[in-house]
Amino acid sequence: MSGGETLPLYQDEDASRYTVRLEVFEGPLDLLLHLIRKNEVDIYDIPLSIITREYLEYVKLMKELNLEIAGEFLVMASTLIQIKSKMLLPAIADEEGGEEEEEDPRAELVRRLLEYQTYKEAAATLAAGEMLGRDTYARKFAATELDEIQPEEEPVEVEMFELIEAFRKILDRVSEESFHEVGAESITIAERINDILSRLEGKESMLFDDLFPETFNRDYLVATFLAVLELCKLKMIKVVQANRYGSIWIAPAVVEEGTVESPEGAGADARA
Amino acid sequence: MPGLKSVVESLIFVADSPVSLDRLCALLEEFDRNDVRDALAALREEYGGEERGVVLAEVAGGFQFRTPAKNADYLRRLTRTRTAKFSQSALETLAIIAYRQPVTRAEIEYLRGVDSGGVLKTLLEKKLIKILGKKDIPGKPLIYGTTKEFLELFGLKDLKGLPTLKEIRELSETTRFEQQEELPLAVSAGADSDGDGGD
Repeated sequence: MSGGETLPLYQDEDASRYTVRLEVFEGPLDLLLHLIRKNEVDIYDIPLSIITREYLEYVKLMKELNLEIAGEFLVMASTLIQIKSKMLLPAIADEEGGEEEEEDPRAELVRRLLEYQTYKEAAATLAAGEMLGRDTYARKFAATELDEIQPEEEPVEVEMFELIEAFRKILDRVSEESFHEVGAESITIAERINDILSRLEGKESMLFDDLFPETFNRDYLVATFLAVLELCKLKMIKVVQANRYGSIWIAPAVVEEGTVESPEGAGADARA
Repeated sequence: MPGLKSVVESLIFVADSPVSLDRLCALLEEFDRNDVRDALAALREEYGGEERGVVLAEVAGGFQFRTPAKNADYLRRLTRTRTAKFSQSALETLAIIAYRQPVTRAEIEYLRGVDSGGVLKTLLEKKLIKILGKKDIPGKPLIYGTTKEFLELFGLKDLKGLPTLKEIRELSETTRFEQQEELPLAVSAGADSDGDGGD
């Protein structure tokens, strides 16, 4: 290590003690795996006294270096000590005399370690493979003009998360600059509901995105989104998607004349 | 009238994401599915040559023209964009989700032994994972799975294309033994001499 060659920052007797290179571990399991490998011990028969001591030394070192110790490291420390003390106790033969059945106190930890190791290696394998944008490249092409073509597939019902995601995208599009203070203009959800219904009148469907013109402020967009949710709840509109990743469309559900009155009342309730 | 192979080639070339056989057949309804399949096979053959700068890769359930990895150094000069770097925690979390999906955050954190909320958020933003829904257990935790973009990123045909965990384990067994013979000795030798020098 370079400790001998470089000048220490300050002349201190303790300085020489800190020649340990601190590796960064992803978590307590990562650290334990490292200690097991470093000591060349069998993972199925972990010598807990050695491993626990070294683990605690590492945690102590982190403390001395004023590193923030994640709570998980401390939880694992107590787990190790617990397992260690369990192993010191003689196995209690219960009434059935099945002391053989008693599981090794280390078993769960070993399972977790092996499993963690498996995924750690799976992650390394993934990273070692051909990655798009690093090892292999494809053409980047914004095919906006191709978006027009709506594949005539069976519409998929839109899930809540996708609807929220679509709305989040719309909100992202509204740049901060388009914010302008508008006095006390209040937008009610009921108004938005009526507007949506009138725009849908006589149409088979319209794009979800078209309900959210970019020129409007967030209040307007949020009220519109809530209106869409309210209309869904009232089963007055259907929200569908042409395919899994396609645009979201809203379409009027088949409504009888009488029910048109209901959104007014519901909208008034939902007024913010 | 242009040949079917030429049309298929053009469609894949222009499409901005991998095109599946189903999608090709839907677009080329006047052609027989088997013919489309044959055209694809012929194209793959043609683009399979060592000297080509473009290969027809089968990823995320479709076909896409991609550059071979051996040309990556040169392409980096062209694209300028910094290559996406993944932290160890992001990769671990992705691997767990890829193999264990549908999986909850608690399950991921149990497997990794650390808080994974931040990583999950980043992966969601990068669209490599998505929320599949809620698990029907107390607390109704969200469940996560990988996306089409994940398959595209790692050039996987589908989730079955992931290396099996068993393979990985066997692979790691051997590498671990190799490491045990060489690496620890070298490391400990170096550490010892340093320690002596320090004292």
